[in-house]
Amino acid sequence: MSAGERGSTQCSSRNLSYSPLVHCNDEFGSTTCRSPSPLAGEGRGEGPTRAAASKHALPPARLRFALSLVSAAALAYEILLTRLFSIVQWHHFAYMMISVALLGYGAAGAFVTLLQDWLARRFEAAFALCAALFGLSAAGCYLLAQAVPFNALELLWDLKQPLWLLVVYLLLFLPFFFAAICVCLMLTRYADLAGRIYSFDILGAAAGCLLVILGLFALAPLTVLGGVSATALAAGALGCVRRTLRSSMAAAASLVAAGVVLWALHGPFGRPQLSPYKDLSQTLEVMGTRVLAETSSPLGWLTVVESPQVPFRYAPGLSLNAPGEPPEQLALFTDGAGMNAIVRFDGARQPLAYLDYMTSALPYHLVEHPHVLVLGAGSGVDVLQALYAGATAVDAVELNAQVVRLVEERFASFSGRPYKQPGVTLHIGEARGFLAASRQRYDVIQLALLDAFGASSAGLYALSESYLYTVEALESALNRLAPGGYLSVTRWVTLPPRDTLKLFGMAVTALERSGVSDPGRNLVLIRGWKTATLLVKNGALTARDIERVRSFCRERSFDVGWYPGMQVQEAERYNRLDEPYFYDGAVALLGARRAEFIDRYKFYIAPAVDDRPYFFRFFEWRTLPELLRLKERGGLPLLEWGYPLLAVTLVQSLLLGLVLILLPLRMLARRPFQGPVRPMRALVAAYFAAIGVAFMFVEIAFIQKFVLLLHHPLYAVAVALFAFLLSAGLGSRRSQRLSDAAVQRRQAVAAPVVAIIVATLVYAAVLPRLLPLVAALPEAVRIALALALILPLGFAMGMPFPLAVRAVAALERALVPWAWGVNACASVVSAVLATLLAIHIGFTRVLLIAAVLYGLAVWLYPGRGAKTGA
Amino acid sequence: MRCPTRLRLVATLLLAAGLVCSHAQDRFASERQHMVREIERTQLAVSGETGQRALDPKVMAVMGRVERHRFVGEGLQSEAYDNRPLPIGHGQTISQPYIVALMTDLMQTKSGHRVLELGTGSGYQAAVLAELVREVYTMEIIEPLGKQAAERLAQLGYRNVQVKVADGYYGWPEHAPFDSIIVTAAASHVPPALVKQLKPGGRLVVPVGTSFLTQYLLLIEKQADGSVTTRQILPVAFVPLTGSH
Repeated sequence: MSAGERGSTQCSSRNLSYSPLVHCNDEFGSTTCRSPSPLAGEGRGEGPTRAAASKHALPPARLRFALSLVSAAALAYEILLTRLFSIVQWHHFAYMMISVALLGYGAAGAFVTLLQDWLARRFEAAFALCAALFGLSAAGCYLLAQAVPFNALELLWDLKQPLWLLVVYLLLFLPFFFAAICVCLMLTRYADLAGRIYSFDILGAAAGCLLVILGLFALAPLTVLGGVSATALAAGALGCVRRTLRSSMAAAASLVAAGVVLWALHGPFGRPQLSPYKDLSQTLEVMGTRVLAETSSPLGWLTVVESPQVPFRYAPGLSLNAPGEPPEQLALFTDGAGMNAIVRFDGARQPLAYLDYMTSALPYHLVEHPHVLVLGAGSGVDVLQALYAGATAVDAVELNAQVVRLVEERFASFSGRPYKQPGVTLHIGEARGFLAASRQRYDVIQLALLDAFGASSAGLYALSESYLYTVEALESALNRLAPGGYLSVTRWVTLPPRDTLKLFGMAVTALERSGVSDPGRNLVLIRGWKTATLLVKNGALTARDIERVRSFCRERSFDVGWYPGMQVQEAERYNRLDEPYFYDGAVALLGARRAEFIDRYKFYIAPAVDDRPYFFRFFEWRTLPELLRLKERGGLPLLEWGYPLLAVTLVQSLLLGLVLILLPLRMLARRPFQGPVRPMRALVAAYFAAIGVAFMFVEIAFIQKFVLLLHHPLYAVAVALFAFLLSAGLGSRRSQRLSDAAVQRRQAVAAPVVAIIVATLVYAAVLPRLLPLVAALPEAVRIALALALILPLGFAMGMPFPLAVRAVAALERALVPWAWGVNACASVVSAVLATLLAIHIGFTRVLLIAAVLYGLAVWLYPGRGAKTGA
Repeated sequence: MRCPTRLRLVATLLLAAGLVCSHAQDRFASERQHMVREIERTQLAVSGETGQRALDPKVMAVMGRVERHRFVGEGLQSEAYDNRPLPIGHGQTISQPYIVALMTDLMQTKSGHRVLELGTGSGYQAAVLAELVREVYTMEIIEPLGKQAAERLAQLGYRNVQVKVADGYYGWPEHAPFDSIIVTAAASHVPPALVKQLKPGGRLVVPVGTSFLTQYLLLIEKQADGSVTTRQILPVAFVPLTGSH
């Protein structure tokens, strides 16, 4: 597998876990090998390839297959690790750990560069051994890493924690290191057939991407890890199949090890060991609690818990004046965090009375017998709230079918099947896509409070893209409101206010874009001590509406943060703050000095938009020193973790990447030069770094853009990643048709690069306009459209790497593994960098940077012709 | 000759052991005083926002007395007086000393008070309260923690603390009403029963946040007429706008 694939994997993995990061693929090339190979004739001579391939022999079929297996397993492992560490730790740490571990690829490049002669003499044995070690360490290192007592929450308090983190890095680094050696060895040995070898590598990765996602639907995550590990061990076995007794025994041992790993991870080691500070772990410490059900998919690991002795009474922000308590509940955890409740419902209305005492009940006091849309319906509590309030019809949209199955099937007698109640229609799908495709108009649209308070208040989602909390999403929801209807968004109260104010500002922008001249007249903000609810009305609020809002709040001891005509004295009736932050913020965001207020605020509250879909990022660099100074004074909780960790990840990867690139240079310098022309190393490094970065930027940005086309984040990642890998593999294979002489010329790379730049710029310009037009088309058509758009782009993107590998191989073979390592390091670093850039400048500009880098790559192209101008 | 030598040796060893012991005690005592000064400095630093230059001297005196190192695991004793939260096992933590002092101060305890705590944890907060009020009732839902805390508090001689391992949602009606209540266990909402068990003029304090990180404190005050107001208190001096308001 190539550096590219690696990157892409991370992209996908991030999205699979809704986690903040993206990595993507970049290209890779293959190299032909002049060395004799026992089955050199196989696979040779297909059509125009014959010219090139007849000089060079492909590796035997079993080795090509083994390479594909290693690549498949490595990509699957990356996706899987992100999933697993999102379960046992938190996803932003998962991202950081894996980003650093991926530098195992860069390390493999350095390792092979240093020992290439020694390894060349033991090529097959080294390949087989590394594949087997990859298999063993994939399972073993994960199990060890989850046992390391690293506690992210103590990172700034406890000096031992950075050391534990380092141990985790090293453990996770090993499997990627071994996997990468296999790929690098193969590419180096067969450098002249880089196009072909790369296609085996990357097509394997494409298969791994699909298989791991399917596997995660069907099997427990650790069982899938067993499968990944066994696949790599099988590749090891294939690598040793020869006719000697020793190699047969080694192959047999590898297969036996695969069996043992499969058994162990399905049985005795089959449960993830969660951090004791995750919500689920803490809940299971309570006396009498018991896990009733577990189910998992790429969308999350779900756990249902009962607690008969200390009953769950989940009702975030319930008014102190609530007449009753919540009915019996089961707790539903996603990835061991973010508790939600499955509420016992037997058809009786009275036990649901508590739902009328949450801030989110406000819209039901303003419209009677509404037609309601619940976005993110989850375990169905918001549906019950709508029914309690007398909704005539409820459309419920939920992304995760497994959540619905738990509620409607496994615990049907407990939940009373909220989605089967009269008037309720369930839609399994993504909210944004539903809004885009729907023709219905609603009286109330409820955007449910989906994320957990703890994670939200600590800024853990800072790196998660969310296309539900963007100005465009709010506009889309406003378009679906009936006249006089309300969009209702409930958020956790954080102090000083962050998300509530950001959301308020976004609603103002969305209303302005919809042509409302005085947005303040359409807005209501109320708050309890734990939750705040923002209402956006399709139309101006009337005096009657306002009176109802005030009486709703009075009866529940909630405060108003904003309604048209509100006076500051009303802001602090029941729940007092040091300052009327919410009212002051609302007034400022509605006033002429909005931009100045946003600018002066110590948290980032500028509106999130589709091109920068980071609603949960509140971190501002300039506030960091103040928060660190306040560490001992209780200031740390104000620190938003996600973003600074991303920056730390970037610095770590960059430094380590540089070491891995520079380290082998000394050795290369001492090596006697063998070849026709000595290429400039700086030029080679710059070229491979540029295409590594550019590939990742394009891939990451387009995966994000395709989320809006395909709606479902999982489909977007799976389809886009698979399409990029597949087409890059085919493009690489096609590049092999160029003769050895042709690859020395700069024109060889100019053609695909022009195609990439044109496609990138056209897509960047056209996609935002295209999306609304196709949103309502059937899913299959949209998937086909995504494939049609990606395939030509990916095809061209698969060429610059293998072409240059061949060009370099012809000039100085010893540089090939080093160039591979440079590309790998650049891919890893740029995946982190892409997210960081997207947060600040948006994905469109990330694409523009990629286009410039590709252009630069033509100029840097390391072929002989390029140097001489021939 | 040998016997006296041996005796002398034993005596020396005993003396040395005693010295080591008292040295450790001295060390903890001086660390504790250092912690108290740290809390005082912190309070002074936030006084611009809170208008309160110092916490209740009685609370500070107790903070300087209660042996926090006895409420954490052996391995963490050396860090017991750092101004940081500490893990106590079972996924639970003991709050940063400044937060403990601030919460206790907010409870406005008097020596004759009867107070309720939900979430005994290590028992440290209960011990602090026990030195300030007449009766402390504390409830814990993690059985091993509750038992351990009960033993520890008994060992340390806190006879005015009663620990019960039970669901705290309905408070402890047998001993209600309370002058003040502190809820250190995570709660999605404040149980109405607790507000009912609060005496008029009583105060209920809830730290809101996650393990290791207290985001803000919720203070519920029950007025003499039974009406209730809440206040959210940021435990840190932090103004969200740059420049003046």
